[in-house]
Amino acid sequence: MMIEALIGVTLLSAFVVMLAPDRVAGKLAAGLSLLPVAGSLWMFGQFDGSGNALFESGTLAFETMTRWITIGPYTLNWHVGIDGISMPLVVLSTILTTLAIMSAWTPIDERESQFYALMLFMEASLLGVFTALDFFVWFVFWEFVLVPMYFLIGIWGGPRRKYAAIKFFVYTNVASLVMFIGFMALVFGLDVNTMDMPAIAQAIEAGAFTTTYGLGEETLKVVAFFAMFFGFAVKVPTVPLHTWLPDAHVQAPTPASVMLAGVLLKMGTYALLRFNFTMLPGVASDYAVLIAALAVVSVIYGAMLALAQQDLKRIVAYSSVSSMGYVILGLVAYNVYGLGGATFQMVAHGLISGLMFMCVGVIYNTAHTRMVGDLSGIADKMPVTAAVFVAAAFGYMGLPLMAGFAGELFIFLGGFSAEFAYAQLFTALAMFGIVIVAGYLLFAMQRVLFGPFSADTDYDIVPASTHDTVPIVTLVLLVIVLGTVPELFYGMIQDAVTPMVDAMASAVAPVFGGELL
Amino acid sequence: MTELPPLTPQLVLAATALVVFGIDTLSPDDDTNTLLAGVATTGTLLSAGIAAWFLSAGTGDFSFVQFDGALVVDALSLFFAFVVGTVATLVVVASHDYLADQEHVAEFYSLTLLAATGMSLMASANSLVTVFISLELASIPSYVLVSYLKTNRGSVEAGLKYFLVGALSSAIMVYGISLIYAATGVMGLAPIAETFGNGVEFVGVLGLGIVMLVAGFAFKTASVPFHFWAPEAYEGAPAPVSAFISSASKAAGFAVLFRVFTTAFPLEVIAGSVVDWSLLFAALAVVTMTLGNFAAATQENVKRMLAYSSVGHAGYVLIGLAALQSGGGAENSFVLGASMMHLLVYGFMNTGAFLFVALAEYWGVGRTFEDYNGLAERAPVACVAMTVFMFSLAGLPVGGGFLSKYVLFAGAVQSGFAWLAAVAAINSALSLFYYSRVVKAIWIEDPSDDLALTGQPTGLYVAVLAAAVGTVALLVAFDPVAQTANHAADVLFQL
Repeated sequence: MMIEALIGVTLLSAFVVMLAPDRVAGKLAAGLSLLPVAGSLWMFGQFDGSGNALFESGTLAFETMTRWITIGPYTLNWHVGIDGISMPLVVLSTILTTLAIMSAWTPIDERESQFYALMLFMEASLLGVFTALDFFVWFVFWEFVLVPMYFLIGIWGGPRRKYAAIKFFVYTNVASLVMFIGFMALVFGLDVNTMDMPAIAQAIEAGAFTTTYGLGEETLKVVAFFAMFFGFAVKVPTVPLHTWLPDAHVQAPTPASVMLAGVLLKMGTYALLRFNFTMLPGVASDYAVLIAALAVVSVIYGAMLALAQQDLKRIVAYSSVSSMGYVILGLVAYNVYGLGGATFQMVAHGLISGLMFMCVGVIYNTAHTRMVGDLSGIADKMPVTAAVFVAAAFGYMGLPLMAGFAGELFIFLGGFSAEFAYAQLFTALAMFGIVIVAGYLLFAMQRVLFGPFSADTDYDIVPASTHDTVPIVTLVLLVIVLGTVPELFYGMIQDAVTPMVDAMASAVAPVFGGELL
Repeated sequence: MTELPPLTPQLVLAATALVVFGIDTLSPDDDTNTLLAGVATTGTLLSAGIAAWFLSAGTGDFSFVQFDGALVVDALSLFFAFVVGTVATLVVVASHDYLADQEHVAEFYSLTLLAATGMSLMASANSLVTVFISLELASIPSYVLVSYLKTNRGSVEAGLKYFLVGALSSAIMVYGISLIYAATGVMGLAPIAETFGNGVEFVGVLGLGIVMLVAGFAFKTASVPFHFWAPEAYEGAPAPVSAFISSASKAAGFAVLFRVFTTAFPLEVIAGSVVDWSLLFAALAVVTMTLGNFAAATQENVKRMLAYSSVGHAGYVLIGLAALQSGGGAENSFVLGASMMHLLVYGFMNTGAFLFVALAEYWGVGRTFEDYNGLAERAPVACVAMTVFMFSLAGLPVGGGFLSKYVLFAGAVQSGFAWLAAVAAINSALSLFYYSRVVKAIWIEDPSDDLALTGQPTGLYVAVLAAAVGTVALLVAFDPVAQTANHAADVLFQL
């Protein structure tokens, strides 16, 4: 019942905040959002799951399963539970929401109660996405997330917010539809009368196909795989489906950007891991070269795009495209290091990109510009913010002892020991992305933070207030903690991805491997 | 212990209409709006409640034949009696504020109740005679209700158009009934099917009769080709009446359509020899949903947009008949049940949407999308409700609309009509465009400076919020609806 309580409390908080007067809404929302933080940390402490949620051998923590709807032969269940992959993401969602709410106190000055209510509503939906194990429940939450983000961008966004909001909405909604149809086609082809994800995964593994629409079992799997891949790749986003992201990010208010980059993008990679890579590993390995190529293109092209930007927010937005490319590379490597690293990188990148957006937001709050060319040497005026910004940038570049390093190291280890063709070449190419990251972040940092002070803006540059610096400092500390002790999450992640690798190894004759494990 | 007659839901509605007339006769000059609204609400709520109670008590498991087979009470009729009763309750509650400054309030309530009686009876009609009588009992008060604002040109014009199209389609339908009678010699639905036991005679006459019968139902459900009246009537009518006609009247039209075609003209016999009506309905479904959606996308007026969206939803529901197969068994009750589920959910979300329009009209806000700009800053709670309605109508899982649409499309796929489901899914995805325009207007656009909302329309608020709660509750607690609808379809197919 713990997951229901977590989601319920968050949802209830959203209603309370919505009815609260504007002037207390921010504080109230932050206070109430500590409840899910406490809840998720308690769950993290009590976590007793083992193995992968979708495998028969896995045991879930905090699992509940009750019948929801029966329609004709089909039964839909309310099935939630947490395994080693979802636990870190649940913790990430709750913590990042609280910090994002705090970071909203300064910039959000109209319709506050609605804003904070939507943030909490989004948190509840995200928790649902990461815990649901029945496809229908999962899909309901997945679509739920769109609605608050649409409003957050559309109401509190920048000058082109209406365009950005509708683009985000239409893009991700069409993607969801394609994914939904692809998955449904797969399920209707199977001998199952439920939408339970573990049951479906096991039925696919057993090859229990009854109808294949005249396609042949393998063809159906491939079609479903790519329909789902398309749907999730938009969310991730992968080049060439990334064009909604810069618009959404640049127009979104900073706290919404934090949630978008920090957690919403992870929904895409989480779903790729859960659906495509866990349920259809055969197809994933058959098309590994294609997917790896997409990942590498995302890494390099995303980084190049970031290099070309003048707007700090656009730089961070495009760098997310690049970083999420690493996650996909880790997934396609399909060994314990690759899958584990990808999952770890989801959390690490969630923290670091959230941190970067917050830093940009803090600078924008006082300078009212984000253009690299407009600002110079603001480290003198905003020492704490500048220090955090530097730390965040180094975290992004993968400095050892910070979370990004651990994630990327695992991914590269996985990539080099992967078994698909040219895996080493792809990994080596992807590593060049880090060089470009270093290039644009150092460049931006040097221009904005250091050198003689000048600011091409009508506003005074003043140090950030305490409630602006608390979230960013907290995040830096979390990034360092997670980089120093990756075992905090990596242990349970490894436990959850190992069965996937084992299943794959028994399905595909091993060429080599195991040396690194 | 005495048992209630199976037709209690319909009797309660009719009796309440008479009570309302009675109160008006006794105190014709008093301002009895609140009393009348209270009585009417009690009646409709009681009717819906009794229908729900009968359903849960298992009254619908058997067919209670009434009046020598002219009427029947089974799960299908009780299901739709519940839908009509619920929608009527929401409408009556909302009308209290809407009618505050109007004359002839008692007539409004009693006509609404009489129309509801007719709609409720349509679901029970078991002979072509009662089909026609109940259909007229539902239609004639509706014509009057549409032109209720008799000093308003729009309302009167709408009433006239509605009446003319209605009269035309009724005439065609009666002619169709006479042809069917000529071919079979009986009026009862089951007896008609029985005459086919010795082979079908007078194929041409019968086929023509069936097609003409479809015309009458197409009118009532606002399906192509008899949908022209819908945008005009819904736009001109008082918004609560639009809500009533577009939800309850449509549901009742489908109820009778389901019963007539599955009972009197079983596909097994008719499809091969006379006319393959499932193919006819498939064509109508595709045209109706596509036309409704594309027309809705081009509207500037919210009420007209909702009217065309209502046409589009009629197209989705038609899938329930289009996807029936001869000898389908469980698949048939799955897909027909799905149509019934969608009508129930639609009863909440569409009624709610029209009642929000009623709220806007009460405040004197205009009727176009632009006039709705920034409403959320003045009335956030009602706007949350409207957002739920819009997204649920579009099929996003914020309300029951997602589930009922999904089950409907899945049912079509299961019966081998994947192409129909695909057309419907594409239509449904496109519909998000125009529904989200309302959401965008009320939440994201800035209000005009002189937007001031005055008055405390408690009744309207209660009705809108109740509809919103119902819509969301149907997402969570969809199971009883799904079970009941499937069971009702089972009873209809005698499975």
